[in-house]
Amino acid sequence: MKSEGEFVNQPDNTAFTQQRLPAWQPMLSAGIVIPLFTLIGLAFIGIGVALFITSQNIKVQELDYTGTATSSPCFQCSGLSIQNCTCERNFSLSELFEGPVFFYYGLSNYYQNYRQYGVSKDDYQLSGDTTYFLKPQSYCSPYQYSNNKPIVPCGSIANSMFNDTFRLYLLVNGSRKQVPFDGKGIAWWTDYNIKYRNPSPVNGSFAAAFDGTTKPVNWQKSAYELDPTDQANNGFLNQDFLVWMRRAALPNFRKLYGRITGGDYSQGLPAGNYTLQISYNYPVLSFGGTKKVVFSNVSWMGGKNQFLGIAYLVIGSLCVVMAIVMLIVYAKYKFPDNDDA
Amino acid sequence: MFTLQASLLKYVFWFRSDLSNGFDPPHQSDTRTVYIANRFPQHGHYIPQRFADNRIISSKYTIWNFIPKNLFEQFRRIANFYFLIIFLVQLMIDTPTSPVTSGLPLFFVITVTAIKQGFEDWLRHKADNEVNGAPVFVVRSGGLVQTRSKNIRVGDIVRVAKDETFPADLVLLSSDRAEGTCHITTASLDGETNLKTHYAVPETAVSQSVSQLEALQAVVECQQPEADLYRFVGRITVTQQGEEIVRPLGPENLLLRGARLKNTKEIFGVAVYTGMESKMALNYKCKSQKRSAVEKSMNTFLIIYLGILLFEAILSTILKYAWQAENKWDEPFYNEKTEQERNSSKILKFISDFLAFLVLYNFIIPISLYVTVEMQKFLGSFFIGWDLDLYHEESDQRAQVNTSDLNEELGQVEYVFTDKTGTLTENEMQFRECSINGIKYQEINGKLVPEGMTDDTPDAAVPRLVSLREICGNRGHTSARTPGRETRIREEELFLKAVSLCHTVQISYDQTDGPGEPFSHANGFTTQMEYYASSPDEKALVESVNTQLSALYKLLHVLEFDPNRRRMSVILQTPSGQKILFTKGAESAILPYTKSGEIEKTRVHVDEFALKGLRTLVVAYRLFSAEEYKEVERRIHEARTALQQREERLAETFSFIEKDLELLGATGVEDKLQEKVQETIEALRLAGIKVWVLTGDKHETAVSVSLSCGHFHRTMNILELVQQKSDHECAEQLRRLARRIKEDHVIQHGLVVDGASLSLALREHEKLFMEVCKNCSAVLCCRMAPLQKAKVVRLLKTSPEKPITLAIGDGANDVSMIQEAHVGIGIMGKEGRQAVRNSDYAIARFKFLAKLLLVHGHFYYVRIATLVQYFFYKNVCFITPQFLYQFFCLFSQQTLYDSVYLTLYNICFTSLPILVYSLFEQLVHPHVLQSKPALYRDISKNSVLSFKTFLYWTILGFCHAFIFFFGSYMLMGEDTSLMGNGQMFGNWTFGTLVFTVMVITVTLKLALETHFWTWINHFVTWGSIAFYFIFSLFYGGIIWPFLHTQDMYFVFVQLLSSGSAWFAIIIIIITCLFPDVIKKVFYRHLQPTSTQKSQFIEAYAGVSCMDSVCCFPEGRGGCSRLAALLERLIGRCDPRAARSWSDSDPFYSNDRSILTLSPVEATHC
Repeated sequence: MKSEGEFVNQPDNTAFTQQRLPAWQPMLSAGIVIPLFTLIGLAFIGIGVALFITSQNIKVQELDYTGTATSSPCFQCSGLSIQNCTCERNFSLSELFEGPVFFYYGLSNYYQNYRQYGVSKDDYQLSGDTTYFLKPQSYCSPYQYSNNKPIVPCGSIANSMFNDTFRLYLLVNGSRKQVPFDGKGIAWWTDYNIKYRNPSPVNGSFAAAFDGTTKPVNWQKSAYELDPTDQANNGFLNQDFLVWMRRAALPNFRKLYGRITGGDYSQGLPAGNYTLQISYNYPVLSFGGTKKVVFSNVSWMGGKNQFLGIAYLVIGSLCVVMAIVMLIVYAKYKFPDNDDA
Repeated sequence: MFTLQASLLKYVFWFRSDLSNGFDPPHQSDTRTVYIANRFPQHGHYIPQRFADNRIISSKYTIWNFIPKNLFEQFRRIANFYFLIIFLVQLMIDTPTSPVTSGLPLFFVITVTAIKQGFEDWLRHKADNEVNGAPVFVVRSGGLVQTRSKNIRVGDIVRVAKDETFPADLVLLSSDRAEGTCHITTASLDGETNLKTHYAVPETAVSQSVSQLEALQAVVECQQPEADLYRFVGRITVTQQGEEIVRPLGPENLLLRGARLKNTKEIFGVAVYTGMESKMALNYKCKSQKRSAVEKSMNTFLIIYLGILLFEAILSTILKYAWQAENKWDEPFYNEKTEQERNSSKILKFISDFLAFLVLYNFIIPISLYVTVEMQKFLGSFFIGWDLDLYHEESDQRAQVNTSDLNEELGQVEYVFTDKTGTLTENEMQFRECSINGIKYQEINGKLVPEGMTDDTPDAAVPRLVSLREICGNRGHTSARTPGRETRIREEELFLKAVSLCHTVQISYDQTDGPGEPFSHANGFTTQMEYYASSPDEKALVESVNTQLSALYKLLHVLEFDPNRRRMSVILQTPSGQKILFTKGAESAILPYTKSGEIEKTRVHVDEFALKGLRTLVVAYRLFSAEEYKEVERRIHEARTALQQREERLAETFSFIEKDLELLGATGVEDKLQEKVQETIEALRLAGIKVWVLTGDKHETAVSVSLSCGHFHRTMNILELVQQKSDHECAEQLRRLARRIKEDHVIQHGLVVDGASLSLALREHEKLFMEVCKNCSAVLCCRMAPLQKAKVVRLLKTSPEKPITLAIGDGANDVSMIQEAHVGIGIMGKEGRQAVRNSDYAIARFKFLAKLLLVHGHFYYVRIATLVQYFFYKNVCFITPQFLYQFFCLFSQQTLYDSVYLTLYNICFTSLPILVYSLFEQLVHPHVLQSKPALYRDISKNSVLSFKTFLYWTILGFCHAFIFFFGSYMLMGEDTSLMGNGQMFGNWTFGTLVFTVMVITVTLKLALETHFWTWINHFVTWGSIAFYFIFSLFYGGIIWPFLHTQDMYFVFVQLLSSGSAWFAIIIIIITCLFPDVIKKVFYRHLQPTSTQKSQFIEAYAGVSCMDSVCCFPEGRGGCSRLAALLERLIGRCDPRAARSWSDSDPFYSNDRSILTLSPVEATHC
């Protein structure tokens, strides 16, 4: 053999340079795809059935209270100029509505995902940074200043906060018994505990922190007095506010209003007649929207959602069918393995 | 007045005519006046002319202009410019995404490219500095001064010593030889390795010392610089004793920059063209930008995507305004406009909306495509250099990649144009046979053996082994032989003398400085000699007769070779004082002028030699009488000194001299074929590549080499288009050939064309000629001039089908062809590095071409084609959901994904798997590709990038995007909670769901395409998905202080905490991929391409039968097959396939696969 020095330019003989790296070379042949599809198909059908049944077991009760139709109880409230209007919707449950029951309000044709709407907020304000109280970011325009006073919380989203309120009564022997809504824990934990922060109180007064600012144009109350019953549920940490600030993805959406968990209703809503008292404030007719409330219980997978179960069943069956078709084709027409060898 | 010398030397030059037009130095006057040593006239009207200095600048940038110039260059690329525009739009108007989203990737791309180009330019600077700083000697202020090359000015007298290169274009003033000649080699300029003689004007030649030169008063007037190496017109005016002597200057007086002084101790020359005005610099060529077919289709696709983008943007804008026509949508109470918005003009708003949509959808044009493609090409090309199979051990040379832009083009070649000498053959000439006076001799072990001696000579008992030396040395003993033999020996002697004397071979001894006559061919040296010959034939001949001729011959004249005469002669004075002319050349150039000798026999022998593939030369002589010689002498002198029409007069004189010759014989020189040429050509043919051999050899030689290297088959019907004299005749012959091809289309045809007929055919009947050529499986062009080679390539290249051409050659005469073809390949051979330098790829041997094309070409093509398609696919997947989302958000340009995701999608989440795929993918094992050249046809005609496949990928992208979007929509659109605690998701969760599904699907789609899973593939594929998850968790897990919104905070975690979301992700991914899998399986089984078939075979042969296919013995019936299948499904089969790689002969075995399945033992099945 010659010495190595004579082959200065000789390339290295390694698996990498010679493109001989050990490699797995799978091939999508019928032999592997047919059993695979059968397996996936069967598994999916199983999952599909389970999901479908789970979804079927979830109860949903929807009540529209927009009041477009004259017969509707909320018709008198739907006019533009009417203020502080209250209306009632009655409904009855024939059997126990198993708990925990979640109470949602729903809007349709409402575009929370409008771009200019979506950016119209000041996250620095909302994280309690008081320097931005007096100088809100320009994103908030046209709700940046009102009468030369900075708006807190500024911006379109906050300004358009949903302000209908609901009371639910169970009719027991002709008398009304209020069903309490639990308004806690309806917003994301991280929103409530980390992302949104109230300004620190000035001289012990929470309201003083908002000095020199004004409330959003459409709001009746200031941010620091949203919930008179619970001091902790005020300012930017008001749970309804947090829920509203999380913009919906699509124009028809629901937002969580409260849970029915308390006392007698921990098992759910018993069968019976109910009255929902609505203080009707929020105008939707101008843009053709509707308002509704929804009672729903949830499973581990959330609310009633037929889609997943059906999708799994369809795709699972398709997989099995295709596996059979492939088997037939494979057996009948061609064994390329043998033909070309 | 000074008359420009009109005669243009009829050198063969192959620099494209358009090239010289490109360089037009800004000089007003047509001539430049150079005062030697810059001694300007003291009196009179002298207007100083300004000349360039002697710096060579090949670099593009300086430190100062790098940034602006490089940026300008980069933004001239349409894609970069597009992204710049998008970026500016984002800066100017209120757009949905921040400028960072497109600014950051753009910055990344620009920076990477700038670094690469800056590095390359730094290398060029280094090379320039080396050249410009080289020490030179200049005659200044009465002495020899050493200075740097860049300081040479026009008019300086420069001294160049032996073996140095000339630092500028010099007019030779004097050399150390009395007659003022010197020898140079121009190998680095035009690749010609022979020594050329250049002359000084007699008036200056005497000034051999510095002091004499100091006293020299002379002015050179010459034309302004031009690129043509072989053209120089000027005159020198020497003032001697107050008398002006004017001498014409031609190319033989000019020493070109870059040429090298040989065999001459030193010369003095005056610089006339310096620096960038020297002929070498003018011939610098910005390497022609060759673009591959893939790149062209890529650009087409980009334009289509631009169309889609514009369409989507316009549609969205129109729909937005249609929607906003109703006030309730335009400005609902919850979303009031600002004053500014209300007051701006409608048209302005329309335009800014359109631009905003453009920005929103701009990611459909994949910005990282160019970067990835460039990285892929750059990194991928290393594999060529690293390939051991392309490494030539004898010469210690590995394959060399000069441009990585054309890697994939190697997989698209349809025509190969190959040079013969040095490419198919070794270019090692060996003297094989000769015919002396009608008797054929063969060279065996350095001895000449007359052929057929045993039959027709009386003294057959003693095999006559006459060594060349014997012939020459035995002159004294000839009298002892029979008279017949004596004449024979006399003839032999004369023949050998002719061969050893009639040439232009220069001998370089170690002690050249001896006082001998420069041109005396005294073959008496036993020292180590080095021969410089203009043709390897001559070298072979001279080497073969490298004997001890003790006699001293005086060379009187050399009648140089020229391609028109195709012969050369020398006139010598023998020791006895006789004047003798030896001439040698092509037989057709000599036989007509012979008057005696064994003409017929020699002609037969020459044809026989040619049939054996030998290169032939015929040798003849003529004795001059004293009067004849005088006449000859006079005529030569007249012609040589003629100032006008020197060429014509020389030609006239030569033909006067070279007549009435006496034929001596002929020589046959063999050029050995390189190894495995035949196999390589056969493999290329099986791959569907047409091979054309272009050679300067004569017809018979070329045909026989063609036959021996398998280019022509014995079974082929060989058509000829040779020796066509007229246009009409040529057309007639072409039509005849076309008819013959039509009548007889079963058999393969081969076509032989010679240079003259070719130029006729090309002039008027291109179409007809193409028609004939296309139907021939092999074409041989002989007697080709270099420029013709390029012409043929261009003809094919521009024919209606626009086939991809590849030219391969080793010599300077192949450069034009190499540059013309789509892919140029240089052979690192003996004829200098010119071809290698101008090529795109260089290999050491012709046989490497097979692997380069069949394996590397195939790989690179498949890789890059998939890369391009995949890029478009993944960007369609990316952007279409954004587009769809606009229908649900009032066309408000709300982005579906967060800005960070928009930015990182192409840079981080989906970039690496495709890059790794495009570096390592192997559809089929390299051995299989090489042993089954037919697989090359699977990818021919850019098939993987055809419009059909492009459409498939695009539609697939759209389908997937629809599934992502509507799948998520169905899940969320029922506006129910997806979490066990009843809480709701927002718009960012929706976008993140779509994005997550998309990243996984797009990555898995590539995984489905991947056939070769190395650990790197596994790492980047699963790593990319994992990285996406980790990054999202991290990104969503922190309140980012510098971001003005915290929209993504904990969105991803919330999404993943939902069981429904997980189920949705799985089902959407499966839904996307499963039709694709079905399609693949059906295609593979019902319409397999041959590549797929060989994958099957490979898998059979491979060890890993277990999961994909089981192996069964052949020849079972259909029923048992089904049974087998079922058994296989249940998992009862135990395939034991034994594979047999024929490692002993891995290179070639016809069309049959070398992968033969040995009888399979499948006992359990």
